[in-house]
Amino acid sequence: MAELNISERQAGDVTVLDMSGKITIGEGSVALRTAVRRMLEEGKKSILLNLAGVNYIDSSGIGELVSSYTAINKDGGQLKLLNLTQKLQDLLTITKLLTVFDVYESESEALSSYN
Amino acid sequence: MLNPRSSGSFRYSFVSTQGPHETASPMLSVLGMTGVTVEQTELKLPSRLDAVAQGANAVAEFLARAGVGEEAAFGIDMAVREGIANAAIHGNKLDEEKIVTVTIKKFADSLEIIVRDQGSGFDVETVSDPTAEGNIMKTSGRGIFFMRNFMDEVSWSVLPEGGTALRMIKKLETS
Repeated sequence: MAELNISERQAGDVTVLDMSGKITIGEGSVALRTAVRRMLEEGKKSILLNLAGVNYIDSSGIGELVSSYTAINKDGGQLKLLNLTQKLQDLLTITKLLTVFDVYESESEALSSYN
Repeated sequence: MLNPRSSGSFRYSFVSTQGPHETASPMLSVLGMTGVTVEQTELKLPSRLDAVAQGANAVAEFLARAGVGEEAAFGIDMAVREGIANAAIHGNKLDEEKIVTVTIKKFADSLEIIVRDQGSGFDVETVSDPTAEGNIMKTSGRGIFFMRNFMDEVSWSVLPEGGTALRMIKKLETS
């Protein structure tokens, strides 16, 4: 079983990536990077990462979230985060990244926030 | 006592002992430890990315066996993963001929984890604060920050035989 499972669905103009598993050094981080690059190649620039099923993330995974955010912004898109676990929220808080990312607990609110 | 095991090309040896073992570390008195090891384990891992999960899983088993609580175990797991990753990637440069050794000891009121690599060492003073303005959006450089955040003491020393030893201490709540 893959370390990180990512399934894609379209909600209007927004591409939602439902993720479950671990975003850690190696396989998990690479899976996230590959998925985001593919989205950008396909011209999908409004991306919502649903992290409800992500039970673990390390410094590499957080670095990959930052890298994804930067890459999508550079391409004129928007990356937003949905359903952070308490642990992930804590990690983003101590790294001062919680205020950088646009974070939502409600999918409908997240979807309606895209320009 | 030493039981080398082999799983495919994955070289992995494991030493585990239980029972009282007297230790003599100057840090123990600082932290008020009893100096008696309740249980200890040593892992020898290859310098590969998958060694991070392998090492972390073994440490998680150790922590569960030792009765370490879930909250402390989360932080220790995080610190161990970062420590092994740094040792394998930055220390041993992913050279599979080089080994990352993880030693974990549980004392009555604390846990000591030592991660050794066979690299050329580094100066911790050169590691920048990832929460400083200008570093927040960097895509790397948070590993040591997490170790320091989740463990009570983190220090590095140069080994006489070459390589670096990362030593981390976590105080445990005692009932």
